[in-house]
Amino acid sequence: MSTLALDAPTRNEMSKKTSAPKVTAETMAAKQRDISVSEFFAKNRHLLGFDNPRKALLTTVKEAVDNSLDACEEAGILPDITVVIEDLQPERAASVKSSRYRITVVDNGPGIVRKQVENIFGRLLYGSKFHRLKMSRGQQGIGISAAGMYGLITTGKPMVIHTKPKTNQAAHHIELAMNTKTNRAEVTVDDETDDFPPGRLSGLGKGTRVETFLATRDYPTGTSVSIELEGRYQKGRGSVDEFLDLTAIANPHAKITFVPPTRESAAEEEDVPLLKQGKGAKDKVDDTDDEQTPDPRSLADPSLTQAAPTGPTVTTEQDGVIVFPRAVDELPPETKEIQPHPKGIELGILLQMLKDYELENKGGTLYTFLQEKFCRVSAATASGFCEKIGVTSRTKAGDIEPPQVEKLFQEFQEAKLAPPPTDCLAPIGVRQLLAGMLKGVRAEFYAASSRDAAIYRGRPFQIEAAIAFGGDLPSEDSARVIRFANRVPLLFQQSACSSFKAVTETAWKNYSLQQPRGSLPLGPLVIMLHMASVWVPFTSESKEAIADYDEIRKEMKLALMECGRKLGTYLRKRLKMKREAERRDVFERYIGEIAQAVSAINGTDAKKLYEALQAQARRHTAIADLQLDEDGKAIKDDDPADQDGVIIVQGASKEEPPSNEPESQARISSARGKRDADPFAQSKAEAAALKVSSIRDDEQPELIDTKPVKRLNKKGEKPKATTATKAEKPAKTTKAKSPEPAPSPPASKPAASSKLRMRLVNGKLERVDEPGLF
Amino acid sequence: MAKKTSKKESPQRGSALSKERDEKTLKKLIDLADEVAKKTFGGKDPRLEIPLRTKSNTIWESKKRILQMGDATSDRELFNLNQAKQFMQTMLHASIIRGLIDEGKTHSLRGVYYKAKHTVSGTKENTFEDQDESDPILEDLEVSLGVLREELHIFASKRGDLVGNITLVDKGDEIDCRRMGSGGYGIPSIVEPSVIQFKKCEAKFVLHVEKDTVWQRFNEDRFWEVNNCILTHGGGQPPRGVRRLLQRLNQELKLPIICLLDCDPWGHYIYSVIKQGSISLAFESSRLAIPDAKFLGVRAKDYKECDLSDAVKIDMNDNDVKRAKEIAAYPWFEGHKGWQREINTMLSNGFKMEVEALANEHTSYVTEEYVPQRLKARDWLE
Repeated sequence: MSTLALDAPTRNEMSKKTSAPKVTAETMAAKQRDISVSEFFAKNRHLLGFDNPRKALLTTVKEAVDNSLDACEEAGILPDITVVIEDLQPERAASVKSSRYRITVVDNGPGIVRKQVENIFGRLLYGSKFHRLKMSRGQQGIGISAAGMYGLITTGKPMVIHTKPKTNQAAHHIELAMNTKTNRAEVTVDDETDDFPPGRLSGLGKGTRVETFLATRDYPTGTSVSIELEGRYQKGRGSVDEFLDLTAIANPHAKITFVPPTRESAAEEEDVPLLKQGKGAKDKVDDTDDEQTPDPRSLADPSLTQAAPTGPTVTTEQDGVIVFPRAVDELPPETKEIQPHPKGIELGILLQMLKDYELENKGGTLYTFLQEKFCRVSAATASGFCEKIGVTSRTKAGDIEPPQVEKLFQEFQEAKLAPPPTDCLAPIGVRQLLAGMLKGVRAEFYAASSRDAAIYRGRPFQIEAAIAFGGDLPSEDSARVIRFANRVPLLFQQSACSSFKAVTETAWKNYSLQQPRGSLPLGPLVIMLHMASVWVPFTSESKEAIADYDEIRKEMKLALMECGRKLGTYLRKRLKMKREAERRDVFERYIGEIAQAVSAINGTDAKKLYEALQAQARRHTAIADLQLDEDGKAIKDDDPADQDGVIIVQGASKEEPPSNEPESQARISSARGKRDADPFAQSKAEAAALKVSSIRDDEQPELIDTKPVKRLNKKGEKPKATTATKAEKPAKTTKAKSPEPAPSPPASKPAASSKLRMRLVNGKLERVDEPGLF
Repeated sequence: MAKKTSKKESPQRGSALSKERDEKTLKKLIDLADEVAKKTFGGKDPRLEIPLRTKSNTIWESKKRILQMGDATSDRELFNLNQAKQFMQTMLHASIIRGLIDEGKTHSLRGVYYKAKHTVSGTKENTFEDQDESDPILEDLEVSLGVLREELHIFASKRGDLVGNITLVDKGDEIDCRRMGSGGYGIPSIVEPSVIQFKKCEAKFVLHVEKDTVWQRFNEDRFWEVNNCILTHGGGQPPRGVRRLLQRLNQELKLPIICLLDCDPWGHYIYSVIKQGSISLAFESSRLAIPDAKFLGVRAKDYKECDLSDAVKIDMNDNDVKRAKEIAAYPWFEGHKGWQREINTMLSNGFKMEVEALANEHTSYVTEEYVPQRLKARDWLE
């Protein structure tokens, strides 16, 4: 699609020159020449996401990571990706806003055969993904080569590529620079090396010197790309950190390691990324020592618990290395490539396809053309089309006249055809969505929904939504929308994106949330939308926003409504439980007085009476003991299947007497201002233990079990510890997992029980089954 | 002091608390507690049945011409968020009363309030926050147990004074009400025959005035002496002791009760309460109401008739108008032409007047001219 734009500059040039007197047709002709795509994009690099140094840095990381993930998945390898950003001018003055960076992305993918290296890294619009209808992150073949080009333009340094396609052979080491005039790579270094992954990277700092960092054994094959460029590293919205955070959410099967530069570029600090609200990041540093130890005692360790609330639950940072661990050990299902659907093509494309077909198969018939080149066209349908346009099943494709093609095109539109197959889509899946959200967002309620596949312009797509509510999310702000297309986070141009419109058009008021007219809902809410499609309609080459097709927006809204309903029910139910708990408090408060008074009058045993009254109080407020499900019904024990796509994490710490509040929760309270008045305040302030509801086994048959991941209670109180121990119990397969306290390799964790339940008791949340704890 | 009696019983000896009556009260208290315990152990919700002291449960007995309490009751349940605290308070007071009976002591309303007030254990909440919460609970106990306040060993603070041509015996002490100086005899809360007996009375009627200040005026002018009467006041809305005493003077000594109250809805209401009883104490109306009490003034027509100055006018506000119309609609006023005319005149005047208005020009006008003239002319409303 981008090639279509190439004509425009030519004409502009022409019209400009007409006013100059000495110009003749000949002189003009002498200046008219082809424009290489590279030249075009070198001048128009903003189209590709290189508008400014900060975004250039991000885009480079993003393209490299996308490619790595695509490659790993296609090869059936669980991705293990390391992103290193080196600051090459660490001594620069503090006021200098940008710096030179070297970005290196290492993956454990299949590697690249030698002869393709130049094409992949050295040419724009070269790729395997453009010509097919298959769900993948990359589409256009622009990304990584454009990043290399940007690096070359800003620093003059070539890209450095190490790739190891064969396990037992040395890696290729290639350095190449793109010639923008020819759109071809010029190779400056080409040799072989055993140094893969590049050992240099392990010597960068304390955190990278550990044996597990880029261990050679983890990279039997793989590719490493280094690009030097002029950039700016800052945290906040639209940062590399945010991108990786979100990528980790949408790709729970990937392990991502990130070594950020030692310092941020000078500039105003923007808002912190999704997961790092509140306390300082330094809190995070020390809590990862016992990576491999799910020892309950360590979970209760106060220092650990201090730190836990600050960051993503399972994401850890130590000595300058951030690890987003793998949460799920299954790759997304392999996606299939599909043929276009008759309803999804345009007339010109149809003409071109006929022409191509004629070239490929001399004398091929229209009848076979229709069956081979389109999906959902059976023999009967094909002969039906032939009949309708007045040709026989033996008519050659090359013999069809343009008017007949036009007729055929119209017949396409009118025909009743099955929608395109949807097995070409690999949605993230409800359970994986929840796993990703749990990993990255500290909330108390999570819900996810996955729509059935739908069609826009003849292309199948599928929408998934997830929401996280409460917990540590900031309650004063608008909801945060995080958007994904084919598992790639979209960080810019939010308001131009179909998903943003879908969120604002959804009536969140129906779900007990506030929403100013035409805006995002307010409250501690993160809304995630994911579109999976064989072809995501981006609004620009830099892939920042999804075009606003009605069909897409409608599906998004339906998905959001499904999540919203679950949230609304939960909130209403919670409110009700809270009220009941308050009622019980009132009753129980007076029971003692009454028992004593009655006893004083008639000599009844005060204690017995007290107990009898208390039993009645509990009976009257039994609803306060109910466990929540997303439909607001009481959960019956042993019926895990009745909950679908919802996770509720509830605060478990004791209700603190008001007088203690200022000290013990000062940090939290101050950050949250009016939260105390908020009906949900209590649990936010409190530690979280976890209940993960199970998800129907048959929901996502291909996405089987997830790795057990544990999640730390904010305050690291004991409940947490028991969570870990409890996890040893009969782990029902495929049931949800609980997140992990520390950055331990997922494999070492015991399977978590799926049924950790909390209930509101007397206004406090307590673990069910763990009476001794509170 | 406490003591008391339902009307059928004969007066008891002075100061002693009747054992018999205490036993009866005690039994009712224990029954109340037993019922709560029984329901609770039986798995049922503890519940008290409290006769309703509301307008809707107040019946106008046109024959007796008094307000009486109907049969309606309301449940007071522990397991009802709005009633839980009252339930607790009711039981708490019941237990305190049991203590008072055991000790043979009486306590004031305020004393009981303090005795019952404490912090509910484990909270910062008090059982009672102020006396206004406590007093109605005691009334609830009165009506639900069917006993009088004095039988609960509780008395109210004293309000109202008396002076005049009468000699009484109060707890055995003889009181000559002609020799009370400027202060008068303070009417106690409990004036039952067991406490107070009338010994000698020359007075021909009782003049009841609204408040202390007016009473002082009349006393200073020796009105009761000049006109051979008894002079009382009730400090605004008269408390039970004053009303009971007036009723006894009326019933036992056949003295007419003549009221001199402000010309405003409040004054009319006070008259109504003295005459027919009040909604909240409808259960005691037969002890308190004086159906033939008379309303001498101040009358709405007095502004013109007495040629009063504009200074005495007090504008009526919306609330006054509303209240006046409500009072006009009381069953005992509704068909009463004199009262309808009186209230309508006040409304058309658009202002209220206090008794003090009559002393505006000439200090003793009210005692020397106004009241004697009206009495002579029998110019009053009934």
